[in-house]
Amino acid sequence: MLTPFRFERGPPVSIDTGRFARSNRTEAATAKKPSRVGGVAIWADERLGLGTAMKKNLRKVFPDHWSFMLGEIALWSFVVLLLTGVFLTLWFQPSMSEVTYEGSYDQLRGIQMSQAYASTLHISFEVRGGLLVRQMHHWAAMIFIAGMLIHLIRVFVTGAFRKPRELNWVIGCVLLLLGTLEGFTGYSLPDDLLSGTGLRAADGFMKATPVVGTYMSFFLFGGEFPGEVIIPRLYIAHVLLIPGLILALITAHMLLLVYHKHTQWPGPGRTEKNVVGFPMLPVYAAKAGGFFFVILGVVALMGGLLSLNPVWKYGPYDPSKVTAGSQPDWYMGWPDGALRIFPGWESHIFGTTWSWNVFLPIIVLPGLMFTVLVLLPFAEAWITGDKKEHHLLQRPRNAPTRTATMAALMTFYALLWMAGGNDIIAITFDLSINQITHVMRVAVFLGPIVAFLITKRWCISLQRSDQEKLLHGYETGIIMRSPEGGYSERHQPIDAARAYTLAARERDQIHTPPSTADDNGIPAPRSRRKALRAKLSERLYADNVQPPTREELEKAHHDAEHERELRAGLDHAADPHQFDGRHAVEGEELRSH
Amino acid sequence: MNTNLPAERSREVEADPIANPGLPAHTWRPTDVDPHAERRAERQVALLFGLSAVCTLGFLVSYFALSIGEGGDTFLNLGASTVALGLFMSGAFLFMGIGVIQWARKLMSDQEITEERHAAASPQEDRDATLEALSAGLEESGIGRRSLVRNSLLGAMALIALPPIVLLRDLGPLPGDALTRTIWTRGMRIARDVLGTPIRPSDMEIGDLINAEPEAIFEVDDNGEHVIEGAELQVAKSKSAVVVVRMEPDEIIPGPGRENWSVAGIVAYSKICTHVGCPISLYERTTHHLLCPCHQSTFDLADAGKVIFGPAARALPQLPITVDDEGYLVARSDFTEPVGPSFWERDSE
Repeated sequence: MLTPFRFERGPPVSIDTGRFARSNRTEAATAKKPSRVGGVAIWADERLGLGTAMKKNLRKVFPDHWSFMLGEIALWSFVVLLLTGVFLTLWFQPSMSEVTYEGSYDQLRGIQMSQAYASTLHISFEVRGGLLVRQMHHWAAMIFIAGMLIHLIRVFVTGAFRKPRELNWVIGCVLLLLGTLEGFTGYSLPDDLLSGTGLRAADGFMKATPVVGTYMSFFLFGGEFPGEVIIPRLYIAHVLLIPGLILALITAHMLLLVYHKHTQWPGPGRTEKNVVGFPMLPVYAAKAGGFFFVILGVVALMGGLLSLNPVWKYGPYDPSKVTAGSQPDWYMGWPDGALRIFPGWESHIFGTTWSWNVFLPIIVLPGLMFTVLVLLPFAEAWITGDKKEHHLLQRPRNAPTRTATMAALMTFYALLWMAGGNDIIAITFDLSINQITHVMRVAVFLGPIVAFLITKRWCISLQRSDQEKLLHGYETGIIMRSPEGGYSERHQPIDAARAYTLAARERDQIHTPPSTADDNGIPAPRSRRKALRAKLSERLYADNVQPPTREELEKAHHDAEHERELRAGLDHAADPHQFDGRHAVEGEELRSH
Repeated sequence: MNTNLPAERSREVEADPIANPGLPAHTWRPTDVDPHAERRAERQVALLFGLSAVCTLGFLVSYFALSIGEGGDTFLNLGASTVALGLFMSGAFLFMGIGVIQWARKLMSDQEITEERHAAASPQEDRDATLEALSAGLEESGIGRRSLVRNSLLGAMALIALPPIVLLRDLGPLPGDALTRTIWTRGMRIARDVLGTPIRPSDMEIGDLINAEPEAIFEVDDNGEHVIEGAELQVAKSKSAVVVVRMEPDEIIPGPGRENWSVAGIVAYSKICTHVGCPISLYERTTHHLLCPCHQSTFDLADAGKVIFGPAARALPQLPITVDDEGYLVARSDFTEPVGPSFWERDSE
């Protein structure tokens, strides 16, 4: 079989590719006589009957894009967490019984400490590779949560959460919440001075809950803080309860992903009705499997070289001590920041104390933010009235309000996170902690609004730029001088595939407010809700640039053609492509570069 | 339905303004058509797998050759063993992963294939059949008709949720008044933290701060065993820790009724922050400010422990002190209010 092909810089040649095309066919070759693998498959199928399910799924198509890998980071780091976590449980003793340390770390020898802390030191100093695995476990936890957050941002700004994937978005949100809890219960286990300080603060948070707070604290700690049951209780939550839930939800997340098939970017041949990409076997099995090893390798590198949570430096927990610069792990930083900048409000009513200064920022705010996160897809679908299924992703610029919403949320998160390090910022930059706190109190309200407005206008500008490319072509950088002496830049049409990709997007639907009454003067049912929806839809989407219609495109191209004809005699004879580096021009090599 | 409703309009599928040019033609990679490139790629992949194997061997060698234990932070703040194991393990995994990905990219088919999507919803006939089965099942169960059975079931189900909740009752004792008292009592000596020695006013210079505990924390019985130990000790420490500071007596603005709570410019305050309970001891002697390292609440120890900055809402509780017959600092009584973070039952009026 002769197939014409060309290398990137070279003339087209014909090469016999028949012998290669065998590996490039779209369906698997059927074996005449079962191979050894086939034999095993038949044995299994006669018992499990997986043949039917596997028929489609072995060669299931996954589209390719770097951003689809972000969720995989979270997935694989969770597997690393399971593996390293099992290793740690072989030595860790979740007990608060007091022992005298007799291990190999000089500075703490002879000191009273809990068994949890002593066994953590044992893992760190006496078990070979123990410190490595302990640090890998902690780094993987940080990557797990960071991976989930970045994956969440990707899914949101590309519109991948839209119907039919809303429930998978909700599952993802719950996973983020569980991952955070899992992280907190995990770093509280070593019972060092820092982790104990975190638990003590958590005790304070619980006590601030009206009516039931004190009971929550006494039931969780088995009496007064710190008691002697909190570490074993957190341990079982950390190694069984929460990871079990996470595992179940990840399974559901993956099954829904397989059922819905992955979203894809629009492009030539890629539509709402199909999915274009590489087959699971062998390409994705290899790429995803290889990526698991890459994540493992990166985590091992971090665990081996980057010191994290050196609990032996903090010492055992002592409720009368604390170190300066005590901070939670980074993903707990934002509610801690809210806690730091919140004004000291407290109400005393009828012999009770209502601790708004703790309850609002650390109990109510995270719950509120979580609720907002979960409701985002449903809120958007309600305002747009969109009930269609969507499998093509949207570029962030093509949903300016949505992208701006994420920018506002990210700014809110980032500012609170910074506030959570206000003492570190004050020391590092030699600033007044009081001023930082005052500035932050204003910034957390203003920052998201500013971020929303800037992002929205920015997206719309990018949309205009795309529109310009579609209607008038790209800027070649060639300045033309007319006989009259005027200068203009030559535009060239973009290629068909790119033009299709830019134009293949949906138009925003702006609602018109319904008339409040029908002909007989009877108010339409639920008209106030509809009016609100119409108003929101206009406010949020009316400024967006809509893709050109076929007529607009034709007219623009016609005009450009007309102009080119008019100027045909006046133009420079050279090919306008010669300076833009996109095409080589025969005999003009010196002018291209 | 009114087809002018926006939701209806948006359902219409719009034709793309530019016709779909279809999937671009597949282009062959050098490894598909050039046997040299293909074999080079094979060698690259094999080399990566080989490097992975070398790292695995390196891991095994360093596991047995390098000692752990003493000098756990000789190298990069970590032990040589940890660093070597980490590097070799990382190499083994990374080379393996990169090798497999290189294999996939260079040698496996890069021909994109297309799969049709299906709607997430089931086909209409399946849905109808399911709904029919559901209603048939419900009908046969009689749950709609037999309201007595149904309602008694619902009632029993609601009750059956109670035992699992009640079973959790023994997770901990009821709070009672535990949070309102500490082990401080009238006449209990104030002892230096860690050392456990009592303090005479003359031991303290103006500007000094001493972290202190009630003497009972350090009390031992006839056999030399601590009287308070284990969890009880941790609870006691978490509530009764105090900071003792000495300042010029005329700098103190005593709270109402607290005129005799200090001794020669020496005052004692709870060390437990009234915000969420961190122990505080970042003291600025010229201003008498005490700053909590957790959330930066700042208290003025010259002015009845009032909050002057930060998220805390209440002043630090003050421990009334005096000196005993032997001239040591002692408590006049327990704290007159609960120490530590606020809780709902706390009477703060």
